[in-house]
Amino acid sequence: MSTGKALRIVLPAAVLVALVGGWEIYVDTGGVSQFVLPAPHSVAGALWNNSELLWSNFKTTAIEVVLGILLALLTGFSAAVAMHFSSTLRRALYPLAIGSQAVPFAVLAPTLVFWWGFGIFPKLVIVAVICFFPVLVTTLDALWSVDPDQLKLLRTLDASRWQAFRLAEAPAALPAAISGAKIALAVAVIAAFIAETSTGATAGSATGLGWEIVNDITALQTAREYAAVVVLMVFAVACFYTLALAERRLAPWAHRSRGEVS
Amino acid sequence: MSYRPERRAPVQALSEVSLHASEGELLAVVGPSGCGKTTLLELLCGLREPDAGTIECPPAALMPQRDLLLPWLSALDNAAVALRLAHMPKAQARARASKVFAELGLDGFEQARPYELSGGMRQRVAFVRTLLSGKQVLCLDEPFGALDAITRAEMQNWLVAALTQEPRTVVLVTHDVEEAVVLADRVAVLSPRPGRVVTELDVALEHPRRRTDPAVVALREQALEALGSERTSEREQVR
Ligand SMILES: Nc1ncnc2c1ncn2[C@@H]1O[C@H](COP(=O)(O)OP(=O)(O)OP(=O)(O)O)[C@@H](O)[C@H]1O
Ligand SMILES: [Mg+2]
Repeated sequence: MSTGKALRIVLPAAVLVALVGGWEIYVDTGGVSQFVLPAPHSVAGALWNNSELLWSNFKTTAIEVVLGILLALLTGFSAAVAMHFSSTLRRALYPLAIGSQAVPFAVLAPTLVFWWGFGIFPKLVIVAVICFFPVLVTTLDALWSVDPDQLKLLRTLDASRWQAFRLAEAPAALPAAISGAKIALAVAVIAAFIAETSTGATAGSATGLGWEIVNDITALQTAREYAAVVVLMVFAVACFYTLALAERRLAPWAHRSRGEVS
Repeated sequence: MSYRPERRAPVQALSEVSLHASEGELLAVVGPSGCGKTTLLELLCGLREPDAGTIECPPAALMPQRDLLLPWLSALDNAAVALRLAHMPKAQARARASKVFAELGLDGFEQARPYELSGGMRQRVAFVRTLLSGKQVLCLDEPFGALDAITRAEMQNWLVAALTQEPRTVVLVTHDVEEAVVLADRVAVLSPRPGRVVTELDVALEHPRRRTDPAVVALREQALEALGSERTSEREQVR
């Protein structure tokens, strides 16, 4: 198994080295201006020189993303369960949930700021609304796909509707909700970016990597802008693997077929 | 009793089945695949409603053809699930289940998840689950189908012993005519779909019965003949 584990680190590292190397050569040989695309070494330099600034902005964005996803998990899971139990509710709300995904948040931002001000909360809500949908869909599908024979069997053993839910449906829905959150993560970071740039206009609240990137773009601080993007990328990968780990912990049975013997 | 699948012609699974099992009796139902045996058990357990006719049956527990164990529970917790549903404390429920586990040669696998068990072991766990439901009537759908000959014989002996200790009414569906004759007080032979009762054979023999006992062999032949004659008559009709 150790070669497999080593490969899991070596392979992405090799791809990364090749990409960054190619990029460096491209910029160094004058393929593009430093102001348009900074070379990796200048990005690394910017990362190092601005570590304090990046770190403080990162904290804001990280909180928005993490709390936003947790909020989406909680509300997505609950909404899926509610819609599973009540077809009236499902018919009433499902189309709206789909429609909500088409709203560009710049449009809603003024209203959210009007309700909750410039603080972190409206940003968190935007992240949550965007992440809510994949969680809802995967959870609802998982609840639907529970074997009806399984539920029948529990019924012959006198399970109440609630007991059947707890024993058969909730455990099937849990890993699905986390899978939904994994998909949501892909957009969560972008969502935080949009949230910051559309709702954070006053001096005090203008923090977060999204805000930082927008500022750097106008100030032609391209290297620092890319440094902020690198931080976001690393953060997204870290979040993804945290969720994968959580899934493994909470639903070990869902991984049995992979046959990984460690 | 008919199924009405969407976009396909309705399937009549059972027609004019009239069966009776007295309290404490073990009624075996044999019949060709697809003749409606599983449907019959689901009717008994109240999981389906008949289109016509009546079913009178005290609360029954079903051991389904597929084991339907919950993948997130350990083997022991799966077996004890009925007790937990009846709000028995966890420790007590597990203790009761593990006693039966030991008797069925499942000890050592209490903590295993269903996917870590062999097909035969899963079947036995599902069997314990049905037994511990405490229901007066047990509906067993091919309970020993996935077992090797020796384990199967052991399980059959164990079932007979368990039923003498704690009598229940059992409806046992099986493909295996010999199993039916060895275990049952009465054997009902069903025709191919739509199932109806071809013959009922009384098995008035003392337990334990030996497979090689001439009386057992004779009854087995009789049942097989009833099954076979139905097949040929159906084929003649087709021609
Ligand atoms: N849910 C269903 N919808 C439609 N048709 C069904 C359904 N369940 C069973 N049937 C049909 O009813 C008939 C009887 O099925 P049943 O499962 O009762 O057979 P069986 O005697 O248990 O067969 P086997 O010995 O193979 O388990 C079959 O022809 C099957 O195709
Ligand atoms: Mg069947």
